[in-house]
Amino acid sequence: MGMTIAEKILARHADKDCVRPGELINARVDLVLGNDVTAPVAIKEFRRLGVEKVFDRDRIALVPDHFTPNKDIQSAEQAKIVREFAREQDITYYFEVGRMGIEHALLPEEGLALPGEIIVGADSHTCTYGALGALATGVGSTDMAAAMALGEAWFKVPPTLKFIFRGTLRPWVSGKDLILYLIGKIGVDGALYRSMEFAGEIIENLSMDSRLSMCNMAIEAGAKCGIIAPDAVTLDYVSARAKRPFEPVYPDADAEYEKVYTFDGADIEPQVAFPHLPENTRGISEVGEITIDQVVIGSCTNGRIEDLRVAAELLKGKKAHKNVRLIIIPGTQKILRQALQEGLIDIFLAAEAVVSTPTCGPCLGGHMGILAKGERALATTNRNFVGRMGHPESEVYLCNPAVAAASAVTGKISAPEEVL
Amino acid sequence: MQGRVWKFGNDIDTDAIIPARYLNTSDPAELAKHVMEDADATFPEKVKPGDIIVALKNFGCGSSREHAPLALKAAGVACVIAHSFARIFYRNAINIGLPILESPEAAVRIEEGHEVKVDLAKGSIVNLTTGETFQAAPFPAFMQEIMARGGLIGYVQWRLAQK
Repeated sequence: MGMTIAEKILARHADKDCVRPGELINARVDLVLGNDVTAPVAIKEFRRLGVEKVFDRDRIALVPDHFTPNKDIQSAEQAKIVREFAREQDITYYFEVGRMGIEHALLPEEGLALPGEIIVGADSHTCTYGALGALATGVGSTDMAAAMALGEAWFKVPPTLKFIFRGTLRPWVSGKDLILYLIGKIGVDGALYRSMEFAGEIIENLSMDSRLSMCNMAIEAGAKCGIIAPDAVTLDYVSARAKRPFEPVYPDADAEYEKVYTFDGADIEPQVAFPHLPENTRGISEVGEITIDQVVIGSCTNGRIEDLRVAAELLKGKKAHKNVRLIIIPGTQKILRQALQEGLIDIFLAAEAVVSTPTCGPCLGGHMGILAKGERALATTNRNFVGRMGHPESEVYLCNPAVAAASAVTGKISAPEEVL
Repeated sequence: MQGRVWKFGNDIDTDAIIPARYLNTSDPAELAKHVMEDADATFPEKVKPGDIIVALKNFGCGSSREHAPLALKAAGVACVIAHSFARIFYRNAINIGLPILESPEAAVRIEEGHEVKVDLAKGSIVNLTTGETFQAAPFPAFMQEIMARGGLIGYVQWRLAQK
């Protein structure tokens, strides 16, 4: 019996011919990631281990992105712990303000997440790199500390759920809508402890930016990882940037899946997730009249160049509604610069948007756009839990960049066609 | 261990356990002051050392922040019993030594204010208020090894000593 892509990657990194769901293994990791919130705790635990040096200074990435540029004295102290550790250990991939980006937008761009690899990150959205054919999964700070010391981590081999998307995409539908639609079908624990494998014509034709958005939210279904088998799109994306040699891994034709779901693109319109769970999804045609106070376009889910291009296409020559604060956050310095060169930033400023330096910022209620009591935001981010973007009595609705941009213009949640 | 139960529902996320607005510190005592605040604003004042949390499915979903189990542990929560746990929270709890038990029956049957007795080694749960008993799924030997060494750090120290 063959193996799924997750099983094959785990087996290879544990020097085994074969692994099966439920098996507990130790496996080598190719990259260990932490940010300014999780790394300080990991560094404290690493010190407790009594280990002098990290296992490999080229295989650790430290990205201060959550509360940076430092929003207050306390967060500055947290960032300082990470910076000093990076200097002490001579960490190759430490990304300072000015050279950084939101970690999950940055690492693929830098060629630090590659097909066939295992990546553990002390951030739940580490699963983003499944878009590149890697087994990437979020862990806590203590797991990060152990992985920095040993270069390995323990895993329970997950059963795999396969999701096949047939047909073609409807207008204004992107990877974000596919994953929201799917979470709406299976629920926020529908893939708990499992690997998700995405396949079908729609996935084969999906851009890398859209694939990254999709795999980014596998965690919102409770999954360990969400993976797309490498193809020409993947190899085209990684070949020019890979910082390490890599070996793509593909699922076996006779791999065993716990369950296979098939969806048809004709059924999927742009999606909106209502408060306070990502599973509360509706098609845009079923949303009704919902006015908004703030729109956020950005985050590790939708802060990439393709997202900004879509937003600019809809915002060109228009202005944000008088009652809406429009905040646009390019994912990395490179994306920001490219958007500037393509004239997108000028379109945003003309539309009376705020354009921020890369940061996770408002997505987790950190800074740069916190909501007051009773306020409502529409965001291209990934979570709409109670209090996620600010006051516990504020609300967050999730959507793709096209719906967000159109809604910023109309002042209520709107289909992109409404502003064309 | 034995304690009073605080009951929560489905999908208690890590933003509810410890909101991100408090993540500019990693001091457990500071985090404990805000534990479960967005699920129940009065919880930090009400919770007493030794209390037990019982919740329904997918407890600890969302972010990977270890601050969530750290805040619960620092607030004195002795154990969390749930129908199911989100996977990163599950790992984190074992790694830092916050006792957790998965029991769908106990999660449904035990109510707020009940007095519950837990034997972690056996995975047995006794509801002293109603007299009902429940058996949680046993942990794999490998995870028991981590817990026996006080968490992942103790386990890794042991592994390193062996190398």
